[in-house]
Amino acid sequence: MPVYALEIIVVGIGLLMLMLDAFADLKDKRAIGYLGVIGLIAVFGLLFVVDRTSSDSPFWQFYSADGKSMFYKGIAVLTTLIVLLMAIDYSPVTIAQTAEPEEGAHPQAGLGEFFSLPLFTCAGLMWMASATHLVSIFVALETVTISFYVLVAYNRRNVGSLEAGVKYLILGALSTGFLVYGMAWLYGMTGSMQLSEIATKLQADGINETGALFAFALLLTAMAFKVGAVPFHQWIPDVYQGAPTPITAFLSVGSKAAGFIIFMRITALYLGNGYLVGKITLVLTILAILTLIVGNLAALPQSNFKRLLAYSSVAHAGFLLMAMASTPTETVAKSGESMSVGSVVSFYLGAYLLMTLLAFLVMTVIRASTSGESISSYAGIARTNPFLATALLFSMASLAGIPLTVGFFGKLFVFKLAFEQEQWILLACGIIGACAGFYYYLKIAASMFLSSPNEGETVPAIRVSPAAAICMVLLMAAIIYGGINPSLLLKLVG
Amino acid sequence: MTPTILEIIVLLPLVAALAIAIGAPARITSLIASFLVLGASLGTALNFDRNAEGVGNFAFQYFAGEQGGGHGRTILDIAGFPDISLAFGLDGISVVLMLLTAIVLLAAIWMSPREDKIEGSSKLYYICSLLIGGGAMGAFLSTDLFFLYAFHELALIPTFLMIGLFGNGADRVRTAWKTTIYLGVGSIILLVGLIAAVVNIGAESFDIPSLIAAAKDANLSGTVQMWIYLPLLIGFGILVSLFPFHSWAPDAYADAPTPVAMLHAGVLKKFGLYGLIRIGAPLFPEGAESLSHILLLLLACNIIVLGLVTIAQKRLDKMLGYSSVMHMGYVFLGIASGTHIGLVGAVVLMFAHGLSVALLFGLCGSLRERYGSLEFDKLGGVAKVIPEAGLLFGFAAFASIGLPGFTNFAAEVMVFFSGFQAYSAETGFTPLQWTTVFALWGVVISAVYMLRAYRNVFKGDLAEGLPAVSDLRWNEKLPIFLLLGTLLVTGFIPEILIKYVRPALEGLMIASGQ
Repeated sequence: MPVYALEIIVVGIGLLMLMLDAFADLKDKRAIGYLGVIGLIAVFGLLFVVDRTSSDSPFWQFYSADGKSMFYKGIAVLTTLIVLLMAIDYSPVTIAQTAEPEEGAHPQAGLGEFFSLPLFTCAGLMWMASATHLVSIFVALETVTISFYVLVAYNRRNVGSLEAGVKYLILGALSTGFLVYGMAWLYGMTGSMQLSEIATKLQADGINETGALFAFALLLTAMAFKVGAVPFHQWIPDVYQGAPTPITAFLSVGSKAAGFIIFMRITALYLGNGYLVGKITLVLTILAILTLIVGNLAALPQSNFKRLLAYSSVAHAGFLLMAMASTPTETVAKSGESMSVGSVVSFYLGAYLLMTLLAFLVMTVIRASTSGESISSYAGIARTNPFLATALLFSMASLAGIPLTVGFFGKLFVFKLAFEQEQWILLACGIIGACAGFYYYLKIAASMFLSSPNEGETVPAIRVSPAAAICMVLLMAAIIYGGINPSLLLKLVG
Repeated sequence: MTPTILEIIVLLPLVAALAIAIGAPARITSLIASFLVLGASLGTALNFDRNAEGVGNFAFQYFAGEQGGGHGRTILDIAGFPDISLAFGLDGISVVLMLLTAIVLLAAIWMSPREDKIEGSSKLYYICSLLIGGGAMGAFLSTDLFFLYAFHELALIPTFLMIGLFGNGADRVRTAWKTTIYLGVGSIILLVGLIAAVVNIGAESFDIPSLIAAAKDANLSGTVQMWIYLPLLIGFGILVSLFPFHSWAPDAYADAPTPVAMLHAGVLKKFGLYGLIRIGAPLFPEGAESLSHILLLLLACNIIVLGLVTIAQKRLDKMLGYSSVMHMGYVFLGIASGTHIGLVGAVVLMFAHGLSVALLFGLCGSLRERYGSLEFDKLGGVAKVIPEAGLLFGFAAFASIGLPGFTNFAAEVMVFFSGFQAYSAETGFTPLQWTTVFALWGVVISAVYMLRAYRNVFKGDLAEGLPAVSDLRWNEKLPIFLLLGTLLVTGFIPEILIKYVRPALEGLMIASGQ
């Protein structure tokens, strides 16, 4: 079976789910969600057995199936899988905020689409992981973004969700404009849309370097928007807070991973040209410094958990940019070879997926039984729900980068890269960021374990669905295993 | 994949913690695990071949059987990043610290209250204690720099939760935050130093013996060494509460529940000192040398300034907290002297101080449980009511002051001698000798505050308004006998420890070219 069959299968599952929603007379529409989960588990298994050989056909100019693409496809499938599980647990909220007031309507109307849309996003993310042509990059990116426009605004009886949807739509459209303009410039400079050809042309003598840098600036704006780098991060807190919680998780992991793979592909175009590399590294360094400082410091005073995770997502983008800004150059060649930036970024994203999804999974389960999303509404949860509190503690410890969790290795690799490239200012900002992160992640733990709840706000003992419980245990195990033995994840990174 | 004996010693507390989380009875499981750890540690120490190392042959003994050669389990072997392996090994220094950890862990668990006496989750109480002990054990036994650091961090969140949840006093949440932020920032500074060390040495693995060899080959300049040693000194210094980074420690120990105070002050704090002896000085001898004057000044402040602060304390637990911080100055003095006898003294003092401070905090916890308050004003003459506690506290106070017969005495004598070993009539008094002279006054200061506290609490007329209480239970006496007995035995025959430590340090110093 060829690799691209996977995207077709995912789209097929999505269509099947839509059809079931429309025509099958289901009592409980959560069955559609479980169908999606099972389908995605099968696709995840297929990832390891598909045939990855490429041929001379023009198709392979648009598409690659190298180890990195497969890794990001895996991230896409796994994220969607867990997002679907969250969406199933989240259905009481979805129903409450989308239900039809008319007589005779299905009591769960609107639930089915909420389960099937993520499948289309997933297909887009998987395609993007393999895209090696400006056109396929653009189409894949739009598939993802447009389905996100719908998903973010899905809770249509909730003003916050609608506001988030509008903000995301307007700013997303603007960034798409920048992306297309940048691509047009790149095409104008080099006469090609195929990434490897563009890279060759950019190395050739006589290239107009100013034009190439202008194209990069435009593309950078679009990419920085997608990954949430400062100063293009303004949309993140509002959209994250307003969107339905499972979709926030999807945005924070899936969308960011997709943004970074495109970011790396586009940056890689310029690495062959010594003059351009210097300029790009400088821009990336400034971007990383801003992102680290703003993301981490702005997270400190947050009192809403979703907003805090939004800023934390900006902060992690900062660490990832720190790695990208430490691309080994020939001027500073320290001891021997260093790890490739690509594998450091991919490792970090893999680690980020595990810990962020765990946090959102716990949050969704708690949100479905309570009404609050502020940190104070988590007070005393450790007493009534020790399992959920432990799971969230693992996630926070890993996000903070405490040793023996997978998050520590992510940060360790990034810091070592920066050390080798002697990026001292960047390192100082990274240290400040790590210290700040330490505080705000621990704040969650303190709320859960040390505070007592306000009058009448005690969180009752929540029954966790078996699927979610299994998922949490697996994620916790993965976080610890990755923190003791990162080899497996590194092997997958390629 | 058969686990080696050292892996069992490290993993037993962690496995016990996991078992309790799943549903095993907390206190019994913890006690069994810590008894087994102590037994296994004693057995391993007796099996340790002290003569195998010889002079100039710095080497760990791995007790690995089949795994010899590769040493431990490789967990990371990729291009561009130093190899990491989960390897546990022993040399003479870690034998002593392993025994210290095992003894204090058992005593701390034993002295913990029964499940029904704990407010809140008793499971969490024992799990956290076991994690702190297991983390310390892992840090002392790891021969891989990565795990040496990582195991120490294992104690961080449990300490936070223990102080915040089960601590004493209204300020406990604030203290928990303060302690954790101090220790967290210290760890991050330390991590920066360690990454700088590994990158600059150009090491290909985190294995400590190969790091030391690589550092010797790399032959870094004095300035570079100093700039790498500085974050190591500050990072380790924060963890050991070196002046002026000490202010977390007295509050933390005063507010922490008894087993955490015992484990943290007794065992975990020794990690920073161990790090300086094991990594700091061997990797960067010139860096250590060029910063030694600053270290001497800071440690003198530890002893004199904090000694005077200790005298001014009005509560027993605060006073013990400050006294424990103050005594770190002597260990630093042994390290700063850079002489062989000074380092031997420092390691033995780590052992002695760990036991005596655990003893004091254990008894302090028993008093708090009985009287609720530990203020000197409100207590007095309690030895009339609880004579056994009074007698044992007296022993513990004498040990802490450093009277002959206790290990502390032997260790402090070695440290003080080391200050004058380097003396020559031509150069006269150098900063080292001056600091040693000041440090000697610390012994007087210790005597002042300890005896004053003893008189205030235990002697004189019985204070009014004290509740009627019963004397120590067997569950408190037996762990105290264990700690005190060890102090007395190794105090009369310090050679038991020294014969482990001496060859190891000789080997370490020669291997690093000091």
